[in-house]
Amino acid sequence: MTQAIAENLPSSAPPPEQGHHSPTTWRTFFSFSEDHKVIGIQYLVTSFVFYLIGGALAVGVRAELATPEVDFVSRELYNQLFTVHATVMIFLWIVPAGTGGFGNYLLPLMIGARDMAFPKLNAVAFWMIPPAGVLLIGSFLVEAPGSGWTSYPPLSLVNGQVGEMCWIVSVLLLGTSSILGAVNFSTTILKMRRPGLQLTQMPLFCWAMLSASALILISTPVLAGALILLSFDLMLGTNFFNPAGGGEPVVYQHMFWFYSHPAVYIMILPVFGMISDILPVHARKPIFGYKAIAYSSLAISFLGLIVWAHHMFTSGTPPWLRMFFMVATMIIAVPTGIKVFSWVATIWGGKIRLNSAMLFSMGFVSMFVVGGLSGVMVASVPFDIHVHDTYFIVAHLHYVLFGGSVFGLYAGIYHWYPKMVGRMLNETWGKIHFVLTFVGFNLCFMPMHWLGLQGMPRRVAEYDPQFATVNLICTIGSFLLAISTLPFIFNAVWCWVKGEKAPNNPWNALSLEWQTESPPIPTNWVGEPPLITDPYAYGTKSGRKSIGAIRGSDLWAAKS
Amino acid sequence: MNIPTTILTLIAGVAITLLSLWLGQNNHLLPIAATDNAASVDGLFNAMLAISVGLFCLVQGLIVIAAIKFRQRPGDETDGPPIHGNIPLEILWTAIPAVLVLGISVYSFEIYNQMGGLDPMNHSGHIKPAAQIAMQPESMTSGLLAASGPEASGDAAPQPNFAAGVGAKPGEMAPADMTVKVMGLQYAWLFTYPDTGAISGELHIPVGKDIELDISAQDVLHAFWVPQFRLKQDAIPGKTTQLRFVTSVPGTYPIVCAELCGSYHGAMRTQVIVHTPEDYELWQQSQLALLEGVGDPQAIALASVSAASKTDSEFLEPFAEAMSMDMTPEMIHQIHAS
Ligand SMILES: [Cu+2]
Ligand SMILES: [Cu+2]
Repeated sequence: MTQAIAENLPSSAPPPEQGHHSPTTWRTFFSFSEDHKVIGIQYLVTSFVFYLIGGALAVGVRAELATPEVDFVSRELYNQLFTVHATVMIFLWIVPAGTGGFGNYLLPLMIGARDMAFPKLNAVAFWMIPPAGVLLIGSFLVEAPGSGWTSYPPLSLVNGQVGEMCWIVSVLLLGTSSILGAVNFSTTILKMRRPGLQLTQMPLFCWAMLSASALILISTPVLAGALILLSFDLMLGTNFFNPAGGGEPVVYQHMFWFYSHPAVYIMILPVFGMISDILPVHARKPIFGYKAIAYSSLAISFLGLIVWAHHMFTSGTPPWLRMFFMVATMIIAVPTGIKVFSWVATIWGGKIRLNSAMLFSMGFVSMFVVGGLSGVMVASVPFDIHVHDTYFIVAHLHYVLFGGSVFGLYAGIYHWYPKMVGRMLNETWGKIHFVLTFVGFNLCFMPMHWLGLQGMPRRVAEYDPQFATVNLICTIGSFLLAISTLPFIFNAVWCWVKGEKAPNNPWNALSLEWQTESPPIPTNWVGEPPLITDPYAYGTKSGRKSIGAIRGSDLWAAKS
Repeated sequence: MNIPTTILTLIAGVAITLLSLWLGQNNHLLPIAATDNAASVDGLFNAMLAISVGLFCLVQGLIVIAAIKFRQRPGDETDGPPIHGNIPLEILWTAIPAVLVLGISVYSFEIYNQMGGLDPMNHSGHIKPAAQIAMQPESMTSGLLAASGPEASGDAAPQPNFAAGVGAKPGEMAPADMTVKVMGLQYAWLFTYPDTGAISGELHIPVGKDIELDISAQDVLHAFWVPQFRLKQDAIPGKTTQLRFVTSVPGTYPIVCAELCGSYHGAMRTQVIVHTPEDYELWQQSQLALLEGVGDPQAIALASVSAASKTDSEFLEPFAEAMSMDMTPEMIHQIHAS
């Protein structure tokens, strides 16, 4: 198939869209580029920088918790550390990396488009992120927000206006960026597919992005509404949520979680999609149950909208409502279970290449299962009444968002780095990175289940001395986790400059993004992109040949 | 090496099942259960843990076996078999989780019902005679502690705004044996006993009695949590929420604030002392004596209402110990600020 592309190169005339494009240099990444690939990398690198900052904040939190007393930072600073840590990790790392980074980079390539539907809007969406991030992190110089990333009133109304406003404005900017991105993703998937490519022939990442975009579009405006009302209470003295003036603090919780539960799926669905696309390539087997995985994304997306009050089982929520939200939450285990079993069945019987991308993918499935199972537990109202707002929840959410999303994002980076950069990552360093991450992660978060069950609440700077030893273990794990990023950074930076040149299709993958150069030219393909109706046709000799040998224009003619 | 795969699978299945069941019974992950319902919640947890351990071992085992058994052999550049799916198998792994979560839902529903969580009346509260309300020491704290809540108006005492907590068992709408008013404030819990008029920084209750806690907050959200009771309820300013339970094991257990409430959130701890009936009697006597020492309850009420007549540290002295932290003047100021 490299032959097919090479043959294409000289013969095809550059498409009309090409023109003013100069070669990509490092300066391009600091420009208002409208190229989805440049924007995708801008998202990934920016969000990774914020990941390191958020990680440093977490290390500060864990350092404080190494001992039961308050001795490392002040109580106020401690609250600010975990508040900004969570906000950064959610709004500046996982959401922009998963949707903005991989979504931008991969979607047009996977569906045979030359760019996103609204390239300018795409650039605007990205360029809202750096100022929002600087505002949030910069608030430490003046006064950082310290009411938790949930920012519940009345505490958020009395904790300091400056910090709280920094938080609100920052999250509003990031939410807007996310909405603009989602408009782009959904339009691109629905309208920009290469002619002849049906929805059910897309790689599963596209389905996941479609589901995540729907969630962003439906739920993020509600968060914006809540935050705007909160800022009125804060700045103008209104009483939407302030009980001192007859307001209703619990209404804020409903509005907040109406976004923030779906936010979990906004963070995990793109990663589900990536895993569904990575496993078949390195296991050399078709994805098991394509339609079940695709539709389960939609099911998760729908169910994700009607479970928000499971965060409010102790907030005075009426009994029958608690039962409704409990059952709705439990039902999500069914589409999620379908995905997990399908992934296991995909690798079962394959010819598994145990490279870094595969290891992180398998790590993802394993760790996500732990988070999913504890998720079913905390959905149960009687049990949640005990563990709500404890370290059990801290453990659960990190198994979903770190063991899940972050492992998946790493898998995606190892898998698509050669395409994005045109060079291979070093496998040895990748494996060291995986082992350190896996061990550090479990050391840090597994013992937290026990802490929560035994009686340690979350968001505390000081705690019962009986929990000292276990907390120390968690802290050591978090330090290991911090160290684990070093081999990765070294690997990614070194290989960007000096790495072994990547062929166009180093994994011998069948999906469309691999059927062009590494990195792709600004217009993605010379001439028509090939039509790939089964991106998972591993193991079928004919299927593999047809894609490599047949030229795009032939397929187009044949299909339409 | 010649053992057939079916036999191995069977052995693995039995081993995982036994491990799950054993862990479900012998995990010691929870602290002691000091109420009857806490033991039921533990049963639910144990069942969910057993199922989770089983499923985790299944998935993890398959992944590890696949990684070993189906790893690429050197020189093998071929693909795996082109299997795109298997409808019966997919139906099976859709149905099994569905049945499991349905089972867990029904089980949870049962336990929740047993705890009194479904009691439709538990949010309406118990309307007490106005005279009794007037006598309640609530009125003595109200001027001091309650913000501008409806309780502040004393005798008239309009129906407070109730929100659902965990109430009485269905069909047991009789008033509880004992009611204690719980007030959360930055950063302490105050307990008021309407029967005697006592106020304390620790909760004292008799074992085996049907206890009702009426929980409210003065400033921001707090959450009342006793891990050994497996009970937690947010304290919400402007509302009263309720917890109702019967303790079964005398002892001293921590009361923990579980909802972020400010910088000293982690220090907002006290304890609940579950007394034997005799001990409780003694404690009640000592409290009454304390009240007598000062004068009649009315006078105490007045004295307390006018907290300004005392210095901050004088007023807070009895509570400082229970709050298990040193009261800095700055904090005391904060308590009074609102
Ligand atoms: Cu949720
Ligand atoms: Cu508190």
